[in-house]
Amino acid sequence: MNDWLTPVEIEAIVLSLKVSLWAIFWSLPPAVLCAWLLARCRFPGRSALDAIIHLPLVLPPVAIGYGLLVLLGRNGPVGGVLFDTFGLTLAFTWKGAAVASAVVAFPLIVRAIRLSLESVDQRLEAAARTLGSNAADVFFTITLPLILPGIIAGAILGFARSLGEFGATITFVSNIPGETRTLPIALYNLTQVPGPEDAAFRLVVISVVVALLALAASEFLARRARARVEGRR
Amino acid sequence: MIRVEVEKTLDSFRIDAAFEAASDGVTALFGRSGAGKSSIINMLAGLATPDKGLIEIDGETLFDSARGIDVPPHRRRFGYVFQNSRLFPHFSVRGNLLYGYRRTPAAERAVGVDEVVDVLGVAHLLDRRTGGLSGGERQRVALGRAILSNPRALLMDEPLASLDAARKFEVLPFIEQLRDRFGVPIVYVSHAMDEIIRLADTLVIVDDGSIAAVGPVEDITSRLDLRPLTGRYEAGSAFSARIVAHDDAYALTTLAFEGGELRVPRVDGTVGDEVRLRVRARDVSLSLSRPKNISEINILKGNVAEIGATAENSLSAHVDIRVDVGVPLWVRVTRWSLENLSLAPGTEVFATIKSTSIDRQTMGGQKNRDEPTETHPAEEEHP
Repeated sequence: MNDWLTPVEIEAIVLSLKVSLWAIFWSLPPAVLCAWLLARCRFPGRSALDAIIHLPLVLPPVAIGYGLLVLLGRNGPVGGVLFDTFGLTLAFTWKGAAVASAVVAFPLIVRAIRLSLESVDQRLEAAARTLGSNAADVFFTITLPLILPGIIAGAILGFARSLGEFGATITFVSNIPGETRTLPIALYNLTQVPGPEDAAFRLVVISVVVALLALAASEFLARRARARVEGRR
Repeated sequence: MIRVEVEKTLDSFRIDAAFEAASDGVTALFGRSGAGKSSIINMLAGLATPDKGLIEIDGETLFDSARGIDVPPHRRRFGYVFQNSRLFPHFSVRGNLLYGYRRTPAAERAVGVDEVVDVLGVAHLLDRRTGGLSGGERQRVALGRAILSNPRALLMDEPLASLDAARKFEVLPFIEQLRDRFGVPIVYVSHAMDEIIRLADTLVIVDDGSIAAVGPVEDITSRLDLRPLTGRYEAGSAFSARIVAHDDAYALTTLAFEGGELRVPRVDGTVGDEVRLRVRARDVSLSLSRPKNISEINILKGNVAEIGATAENSLSAHVDIRVDVGVPLWVRVTRWSLENLSLAPGTEVFATIKSTSIDRQTMGGQKNRDEPTETHPAEEEHP
């Protein structure tokens, strides 16, 4: 592999994957909760919650990055608390890049999960209730397995969005080699100086390959999950 | 004993129903589609909440609006069999069967997995996914899943309605097996009178959200005033009889009932067993003197008790007559015959029965959990 890729390229790929995976991993539980609130519950402020969740979809990513910087920077109202209590620094670190990716991907994940929640046959949940299963038991043994295809679809969308994340990331955590220089930022970096056109082209090809591999893997998982939910395997 | 007194308003529809279901046997809720049967059974299961009322089982209160009691469905322990099986698609057949069983405390597991799998004949399906099952197989698995939750009662909401006629007769015997073998009371919702006659002991007629009549199936189906609700299908009589002898030479069985004796094509079962007979009104003819030199074996003497109204539909060629032969026996004759034989209440007549069908068989007149249940005799003459 080292014959094919330069250390700088490997660094960017590994960082991109790490940032995206962390972003999706930590987004999923709150995304399921938000999707459940929106799909199943009627409460005051539901429309407001819906709007806030969808905000990152329509805001310019740079605005989101700036907002995160103000909020989560070490002197920010939330960032300060995080640093003082947990010693956690987000601004200008890869963890911050994961947060930026997560915020941008969140509405896509919630939408996918919410759609599949709305299509779950609630009569199956009622059947489980009559068989002695309490509300939490029903959620984990019936609802969650049935929305797994939706969760996977949401995770794929979110992952794809994270891999390509640029605006919010560069604004919030800047362009630090080995720390926050993901594939898109590395590519941007190469295009800003004259000369290394072939290096930039190589990064484009790498981005395409990584994206295709991720999509193929997720399609495989989604197919398995769908077959299971439809009672075929 | 299950006691139900519920009131609920749904949009413009109002349910106000009160009845009791026995602690054994089958209580059927019968009525047209939209009469409120499913709503009532859902309130029993706890899937719908009455506005007002009381639900008790064996003295334990499950719902009482006055005292603010509303036991959640998962603690009511009613096994519910739905019209569309509602199997969990992400589990295997085994996973479905064991779902309720695993949630039953070990001390309360009176019904065993092997026994249920055996009775329902689903052993070869255990490792299958539910997607490839036929309608009849799905419903058998749903029955097994419900009984394995070791319920205090089984609730069945039109469990055969989504099946075609052939599948229906494939699944019906399994419901009979559950009834006879596990001794769990069943509340059975249906709009199909043939299923009810075959399965039920007590009949609750639901009409427009309220209870029109409650009583033994034989009584309710022979009441003329309920005919508009029970429907023309039955146009016949159902009664209990007991096997008194088998005549192997002619493959006949002699049955005794309150009106005398009947000889019918051989019935499986031993002497003393109780069966439920159905005689369709159009399979009976009347004569004023005892017919001679006739091929029919069963001729019963009786008196005309009641003549069905014809005024409302004077275009009909037929009229139903109730003849008292010890039990009420419905006879369908033409209006021409009615006039020409001068039939009137009190007239002595001889009823000739062309055929009978055995609708149900109960071992020794009572459910016996230790002995395996006889297979059901095939339906005779089913046009």
